[in-house]
Amino acid sequence: MLDRPTTIAPDILEVSDVGKIYQASNGPVEALRSVNLTIRKGEFVCLLGASGCGKSTLLRIVAGFETATMGSVTMYGFPVDKPGPDRGMVFQDYALFPWLTVRDNIGFGPKHRRLATKLVSELTDKFMAMVGLTAFADRYPHQLSGGMKQRVAIARVLSNDTDVLLMDEPFGALDALTRSKLQEELVEIWRTTGLTVIFVTHSVEEAVMLADRVIVMSAGPGRIDCEIEVDLPRPRDVASPEFNALRREVTQKLTSHIAGSRGKAADS
Amino acid sequence: MPTYSASEISSLGGDRETALIAGDGGLQFVNKLRFSITGIGAGLAWLAFGLSCLRWPDIGDWPRTEAVAYTAFAIAGGIAIATTAQAALGKFGDGVQRRAPWLFALGVFLTLWELATAKFGWLPLPFFPPPQSIVEVYTDDLPKLLDSAFASVKLQLGGYFIGAVVGFLTGVSIGWSRLAGYWVHPILRFIGPLPATAWLPIAFFTFPSAWSASTFLIALATGFPVTVLTWSGVASVSTAYYDVARTLGAKPSFLVTKVAIPAALPHVFVGLFMGLGASFAVLVVAEMIGVKAGLGFYLQWAQGWASYNNMYAALIVMSLLCSGAITLLFKVRDRLLVWQKGVVKW
Repeated sequence: MLDRPTTIAPDILEVSDVGKIYQASNGPVEALRSVNLTIRKGEFVCLLGASGCGKSTLLRIVAGFETATMGSVTMYGFPVDKPGPDRGMVFQDYALFPWLTVRDNIGFGPKHRRLATKLVSELTDKFMAMVGLTAFADRYPHQLSGGMKQRVAIARVLSNDTDVLLMDEPFGALDALTRSKLQEELVEIWRTTGLTVIFVTHSVEEAVMLADRVIVMSAGPGRIDCEIEVDLPRPRDVASPEFNALRREVTQKLTSHIAGSRGKAADS
Repeated sequence: MPTYSASEISSLGGDRETALIAGDGGLQFVNKLRFSITGIGAGLAWLAFGLSCLRWPDIGDWPRTEAVAYTAFAIAGGIAIATTAQAALGKFGDGVQRRAPWLFALGVFLTLWELATAKFGWLPLPFFPPPQSIVEVYTDDLPKLLDSAFASVKLQLGGYFIGAVVGFLTGVSIGWSRLAGYWVHPILRFIGPLPATAWLPIAFFTFPSAWSASTFLIALATGFPVTVLTWSGVASVSTAYYDVARTLGAKPSFLVTKVAIPAALPHVFVGLFMGLGASFAVLVVAEMIGVKAGLGFYLQWAQGWASYNNMYAALIVMSLLCSGAITLLFKVRDRLLVWQKGVVKW
């Protein structure tokens, strides 16, 4: 079986009643309202929604880049108030350090935790091999393709012994073939490492392809609309009837509230 | 225009048979012939220069005319040999071949110069000295010229180094710390745009020696562009890099040394380059006005004696030193910024 054991895993991350209000030049903007979310250890969760639904804001609050205006985020029961190596982030535009080689990018975290040089190079080699970039160890980021850059970004987080992998539309800038290849690789990495993944996307297919649980979010203000468990066996087949049924269901949930909010806006 | 480099030609030669089959053999032959013609032309131009020295009598008294002529013959011979035996000479032969058009132009220029000055006096003396009188400076006044060059380099290096270090540190601090920015930025805005040479009278009066005053001015001229560009480099580092570094557990001090500075380094080098240019100007002016040594002083001294050949000789040395310094800076940059290779083109 490719699936993880389905025994109840302990909770790792708790988002309780989180709200976020930005002070924009034309007055306050409510980006998130009373978001509640519990992530279990080893779970693969997708935050799905149209742009402006606050999914990236929620992720940035979990990462610790931004603080919630209301409510709290706790990890292992401790409040999250700043970024830390336990929550590694992968961005859509990779954000690799252009002045470091593939090897040094991946080794950045271990090196700065002052691990022994030998251990740093062991960790680096291990994760470089995991994403299949050993042959490109001494290349600089500008010499890599988009897919390779994103592999480096993933390995950079993994080498840092992270617990939760936060991904903000990581494959959004890639072509369709590379994207599906990387989706496969990500699932494989998730399966072998036992990571917890929170993955932000606006693609229904991507969410159904990857997630154990899809959190559908809606805008104005950003909130959680509903949750859908995806219990299809892996590897998932995009062409199978079960997959398509689920995709249709998720799409309906997503579009119904968009239509609903549009109707409401028209009323008011 | 020979757009093919010599190495491309020789690599084509390796595929001679395929090239012939493809019908490119003729083209290749033409290319080779064209190179030979430029090479022979360059040799002939230098031969003409040598002959022009000997053919007519000098209108003045220049003892080096014959020596210059024979040197020109030797160079002409060298070019001829390098052209005919290009393959056997390897890299050197290729180098001569690549520079053949320039060697040709130089030979023609020297011939015309020789005729216009030493032989027929078309250009007025002593403002336009003939080539042999400039060569004479290098043979007869070499120790003094070398001393001057050495003094200039010493002064320039000290001032430039101090200015670059201080400018870099200031730039990083105002780019990084809001408090430092608050206090230093207005000072920079007030003092920075002032040409460093405007400080000359005050500096020579307040500093204990002309040397320390010039060092200060050179440092000032270097420091301003280095500060501004380092600052803008640090300030414009993408926040995503800081975000990533912080999720990887980097402390603030690491953010400066491992993220801000490496990311700002391309800007810093633009500043160092601009500072170099500005500091050359200050160096020469300072030497002309106050410092009793160096190439600027030599220029001033030569002008006092109306010996324009010495001035031209000193100018040539100065230009070689300045362009050498810039080449060196670019070499250092290419080493440090190897990660940018192919991204930046200047």
